[in-house]
Parts: sequence; C-alpha cells; structure tokens
Amino acid sequence: MGAPEVSTELFVLLSAILFVMGAVGVLLRRNAILIFMSVELMLNAANLALAAFARQWGNGDGQLMVFFVMTVAAAEVAIGLALIVAIFKTKKSIDIDELHLFRD
Amino acid sequence: MENFFDLVPLIILFPLVGMVINLFTGKHLGERGVAIVAVGASGLAFLIAVLLWIAQVDTGYGAAVVNMPLLGSWIKIPSENIDFLWQFRVDTLSVTMMLVVTGVGTLIHIYAIGYMHGDERFPRFFVYLNLFLVFMLILVTGNSYLVLFVGWEGVGLCSFLLIGFWFDKPNGEGWKNSNAARKAFIANRVGDWGLLMGIFLVFWTFGSLTFYEKGEAPLVHHTEAAAEAEGEAVFEAEVPEEPHETTAMGVFNQASHWLEEGDHEVNFGVFSMSLKTTLTLITLFFLLGATGKSAQIPLFVWLPDAMAGPTPVSALIHAATMVTAGVYMMVRSNVFYHAAETTSFIVTIIGTATALVAGFIALGQWDIKKVLAYSTVSQLGFMVAAVGVGAYAAAMFHLVTHAFFKALLFLGSGSVIHGMEHGHHHLHEHGHGHHDEEPFDAQDMRNMGGLRNRMPVTFWTYLAATLAIAGIFPFAGFWSKDEILADALKLGTDEGRLDGYIAFAGLLIAAAFTAFYMWRQVRLVFFGKARHEAAEHAPESALTMIAPLAVLGFFSVVIGFINVPSNVPILSDIFGSHQFTSWLEHAVTYAHAGNLVWLLAGIALLVAGAAIYLAQLIYNDRTLDRVPPDPLEANPRTAPAFALSNARLYWDEAYYKYIVFPFRDAAWWLAGKLDWSFWHDFVHEVLIYRSFQTATRVLSQPIDRGIIDRSFNSIGGGVQMASNRLRRIQTGFVRTYALSVLFGALLVIVIILFPVIRDLLGM
Repeated sequence: MGAPEVSTELFVLLSAILFVMGAVGVLLRRNAILIFMSVELMLNAANLALAAFARQWGNGDGQLMVFFVMTVAAAEVAIGLALIVAIFKTKKSIDIDELHLFRD
Repeated sequence: MENFFDLVPLIILFPLVGMVINLFTGKHLGERGVAIVAVGASGLAFLIAVLLWIAQVDTGYGAAVVNMPLLGSWIKIPSENIDFLWQFRVDTLSVTMMLVVTGVGTLIHIYAIGYMHGDERFPRFFVYLNLFLVFMLILVTGNSYLVLFVGWEGVGLCSFLLIGFWFDKPNGEGWKNSNAARKAFIANRVGDWGLLMGIFLVFWTFGSLTFYEKGEAPLVHHTEAAAEAEGEAVFEAEVPEEPHETTAMGVFNQASHWLEEGDHEVNFGVFSMSLKTTLTLITLFFLLGATGKSAQIPLFVWLPDAMAGPTPVSALIHAATMVTAGVYMMVRSNVFYHAAETTSFIVTIIGTATALVAGFIALGQWDIKKVLAYSTVSQLGFMVAAVGVGAYAAAMFHLVTHAFFKALLFLGSGSVIHGMEHGHHHLHEHGHGHHDEEPFDAQDMRNMGGLRNRMPVTFWTYLAATLAIAGIFPFAGFWSKDEILADALKLGTDEGRLDGYIAFAGLLIAAAFTAFYMWRQVRLVFFGKARHEAAEHAPESALTMIAPLAVLGFFSVVIGFINVPSNVPILSDIFGSHQFTSWLEHAVTYAHAGNLVWLLAGIALLVAGAAIYLAQLIYNDRTLDRVPPDPLEANPRTAPAFALSNARLYWDEAYYKYIVFPFRDAAWWLAGKLDWSFWHDFVHEVLIYRSFQTATRVLSQPIDRGIIDRSFNSIGGGVQMASNRLRRIQTGFVRTYALSVLFGALLVIVIILFPVIRDLLGM
C-alpha cells in the first residue's frame, strides 16, 4: 500500500465538476457533436463517482455498474453518431436549434 | 228402466245437433229438409222426456242426478275446494217442465213449418227455435243455480234473436221489431241482475249452488196423498244414515236443516244476519229475476212488445215456456220461499197486482196478439201469486195448463193473421178494390169479424182455449185457476193472513177480466160480419198449422184432469185424485193439495160465466157491426175506462217519462259535461296534453339545452383551450427540453434529499 490514499471526497468533487461541465455543455452548445460529447462527459462523471464509492465501501457493485454504463454509452454513441450523420445528410447542418420539425 | 235416467243428456244433445245441422247446411237442405231436421230434433227430445217420465213412474218417482258427460266439471278451484258440476236433476218437477217444453215445443215446430213457409230466412228461424230448446232444457234440467242461470241467459238471447227476427221489414216496422227485441233484452237484464245477486248470496250462505246432491232426496212435508197411502204426515225419503254429518247436502236440505236447528247466523264479514233474513234477501232477489223473465210488475212492459216476433215464437217462448222460467225457478226454490214470509207477502202482492193490471189493459186492446200478450202477463201473475200464497203445486199446475191453452190461443191468432194476410193478397191478385197504398194491419181486430165460417178449425180450437183460460168447467183452466183461488182463500181463512184474502179477491176480479176480454176477442174476431174485405177472403190455414191446433185443443180440454181434487165425485174416480200434486211432491218440498171448495168453485164459475155473458151482451151482433168504435168506447160512461185500458194505463209512457227520458238526459249530461267538458276538455286537454307539453318544453329548453348541452360543450371547450395553451410548451428547442430535464432531475434530488437537507439546516 505504498501510495497515500486519495480521499473519496476529491474523487466526488472531480466527478461533480465534470458533471456540471457536461451539463452546461449540453445546455449551452448548439452543435450536436459537442452536445454529444458533453453527454459523454456527464456519463463519465457518473462513472467516476460510482467507482469512487465502490472503492470507499470495498464493494464491486459500483464498478460493475460502470461497465454497464460504458457499454450502453458505446451503443449510444454508435446510434447517436449515425443519427447525426443522417441529419447532416438531409439538413446540411447539425445546429440543433434548427431541428424543430415536430413543433408545428 | 232406471237406466233411462242416464239418457237425460240426450234431451239437450238432440236439439243441439239439429241446430248445428241447420246452421251449416240449412241453405242447401231446402224448407222440407230443414223442417224435418228441426222437428225431428224436437220430437226426439220429447221422446227422451217421455222415457224419463216412464222411468219416473216405474221407479216410484225416484229422482236422479246425472253428470254431464265430458263437461261434468266445468269450474274447479282446488284451493277453495270448489267444484261446480254440470249435473242434470231428473225429478218430477224437471220432468214436468221437460214434457211441457218439448211437447208444446214440438207442436209449435210443426206449426211453424206452415207459418214460416216462404220466409227468406226459414232455416235460420229453425236454428233459433232449436237453440231455444237447448237453453230452455238446460234451464229446467240443471241441478244447480249456475246451470239454471246459463239456461236463463241463453233463453233470453234466443228471445232477443226471435223477437227481432223480422228486423228488416220495410216502412219502419223492422225498427219497431228490433226495438222490441232490445227492450225485452234490457228489461230482462235488470231481472237477471237480481237472479245473479240471489245466486251469489246463496253461494255465500251455503257454499254451494247444487239443488240436491247425488243420493239425496228432498224432504217431503205434510202430504195428504202420502198420508192416505202410508199413514204418516212427514217423511224423509231415501236419505242415507246420518245425513247431516257425513254426506254433502244441497242448498235446500241444508237450509231446512239449519232452519230446524234454529238461530243459524250467516257471516258477511263485517256483519252477520240470521238465516231467515238472508233467505228473505235471496228470495227477494230471485223475485226480481222472476219479474224480469216472467213479466211481472215492474218489468212486464217488454212482453207485450215482444209480440213483434213471429207468432210461433210468441206461442212457444213468450207464452208457454220461457216466461214460465221465473215461476219454475221460484217453485224450485220453494224451501227458501216457504221460510221467507215477508217475501211471500210481496210475491203475492206483485202477482195479484200484475194479474189485475194486465187483465185490465187487455180489455181495451185492438191488436189480437196484444190482447193475448197482456193475458199472458195476467196469467203469469196468477202463477206468481200462487207461489206467494205457498201453493207451489197449484202454480205448476196452472203453468202446465196455461202452456197448452195459451200456446193454442197464440197459434190460433197466428192462423187468423195468416188467413187475413192471405185474404189481403187475394184481393190484390184479383183486382178487388184499389188500396195498394192503403196500410193494412192483419193483426187489428177492427179489420176482422165473421171468421168462424171461413176458418172452422181455428174457430173451434180457439173457442176451447178461450173457455179453458176463462175457467169454465170442465176445461183445463177451471181446475188450475180454482186451485190457486182455493189455496189463496185457505191461507186467509186458516192462517188469518191478509195476503191470502188480497190474492183471493184480486185474482177473482182478474179472472172476471180474463173471461171478459177473451170473449170480447172471440166475438170481435169470429162473429158478426167481416169488417174488411181481407176478412171476407181469409182461407183456412194449411194442415201443418191446424193439426197442432187440434192436438193442443184436445189437451186444453183434458189437461186439467191430471189434478182433479179428491172430493170431486166420478171424475176423481176416473182420473185419480191430486195426481199432479202427488207427482210433484217428490220434488217440491212444500207441495200440498187442496180440496175443492164447492162454494168457491161455484163463485169462480159464476164470475167467469157472468163476465162472458156481459161480454156477449155488450158485443152483440148489432154492436159488432158498428165496430169501430168499441161499444165500451161508444158508451160515455165506460169510455174513460176504455181509453185508460187502451192506453195501457200509460204504463210505458210513465216509464219513458220517469225512467227512460231522465236516464237519457242523464246520459246526455254525462256525455256533454263529464265526458266532453270534464274528461276531454279538462283532463285530456288541460291536465294531460298541456302539462305534457309544458314538461317537454321545460325538459328541452332549460334542461336539455341549458344544462346538459352546455356542460358537455364547456368540457369540450375547456379541453380545447387548455391544449391550446399547453402546446406552447413544445418549443422545438432541444436545449429547452434539456433544461427542463435538468430542473426536473434537480427537483427529484431535492425531494429525495429533503430529510438530509432539513437535518443539515438544523430544522
């Protein structure tokens, strides 16, 4: 046990900062790719928190959940990017403010 | 021979079959076939009656109760233990009626063949006649008041059909005929109501309507004939051991039994009456029934009008048989009438008054059949009065003799009318006179006269019947009328009863009337010279018509010998004494035979003879030639009385004035006020129509449109408005949605963490 223990609070703090960054990115950005990346950021922030708590309690459940999240995120990225490509092909734009076909 | 009793259903079956055959095939049979069927049916019924008579004599006057085959039990209420049977009662009383009905009926059937010859509805006439026989025989053979009532209504129907038989005669005569039919039916309806009420009371009192149950014999009281033969005054015949406890009893024996026990109360629910009072009520209701059917005051007015029917109908139904049904019913109920003294008094008064009133009216009639009609009413009054004074056997005796001589009188008058009509036709054919348009009444005695040479058979038989009804020795009427008078006087002298004296005096005067109007009629019709050319050419009637006249004439002379009093020498040795009364004693509990009172018979004979002599004096050959007017009319001293008699005492007019017109006015008033003004205008128009209209208006306007429609419209409008506003949330900007997701998530977190936050803040 050479390296000193990094306290869980720091991990959680980092996780919170990453999450807020992701959330702000989702809310403020108009580029679909960037929003997508911000969502990934929020997911990873959550992953980090899960892993930190798992370490804190010596319980593997949290880490297991992280794998699920990463798997789902990978699938999500695959579908999401495909959608963005399809949208770009028809609209020639990925500005989400221009995507309001269903409103009217 | 006892098996003969079981033949009794056939007596109804034969006329019924005859009726059905003529009803369905009459049009194709022709007059001859129809006549053979109808007369055959009637004759076979007479044969059955004779067989029953033989069986009666053979079995020592045994009575029998025979169940109707197939239709034996016709009203059954198991829960109430009520079972009305259609049973026949074969006893001396009903066999007497059967013999009269079928015997006289057959003769009149034969007569009608000639009388109705050429009528376009010849078959229908015989259908009705046979139907009448069916119902009349149901009436007299029934063993309960219910069966009696069925026959009673049935003969009323036939009477109606036959009175109005010529409803389509021209010149308004058809109207007169159908009105007469309706009058008869309605007057009878009043009486039928009385009978029905009496029957209801009998059922309530005794729980039964049966006269005598099977194996039960009527009690026989103080029979002189039986006393002579067997030396006992009272005997109970053939009643099984312990009769009162074990066997069911008919109403009469039950009544006798209860009367012997005394103080039997009849419970009517809210009140109770003694048996005697109940019997008085029952008998009064029965009396009302009898006044309808047997044409007594106050309901007799229908019978004179009923002469609108064909003459054979007048003879059969309205003289010989149907009108005697009331007398038969009262004699059948003699146990009740014997117990109800008040009723007996009223019966006597009504009978006597009817005999007097009708006898008086008959004095001043011009229509040959009207005289006979009022005469019938008068003679029925004799019978009813006889029931009132307790002379049930005498009433039946007079019924039988009257059936013969009155049927004969009617048939004779029919023969005269027929002759007059033929004489009138004869005039037309030979061009005598030119009165094609002149109205001619073949029944008006003013047109007749001198017919004795032209119609000898009719004349001689008519004369026999006249002497019989006038009560001249030794013709039939003498014996029967004398017995009624003797019984009436005996009631007065032996028991000191006022009604006995009243009946005696009244009936004696009525007998004088009878002799007088009958002799007046004979003089007017057959003597003097013809007062109309039709009478000069009137031929004697056909053989089918005069043969029955001859047979009836024979019986009118001799039928009285069936009941010769025992103290009449020679005759009582030949014919036996009180044969008819002793015969009836086996069925009628209170039949009793009276001996001839020589003085009384002499007085009666003297009165009748004097009346005939007086009529002969007044209607002598000289005055006959000057008719009209009637000699009584011509004499200023008798003119008012004649006018009163001719106007029938204004009896009908009084009924019209005091009953019919007020009734009609009341009907008009009810129709105008109650029906039209109140019921139609107020109830229908105002209450129902208007309130319905108002109700629908209220329902459609404020309720349907105001409440229901508006509430649904506002729900729809509200949803539309809400959705219009809500749709603005859908901005189409993804980031807006993301922000709202964030806020939502935050809100969820705050709610979940609320306890923690609260603790942190120290609240």
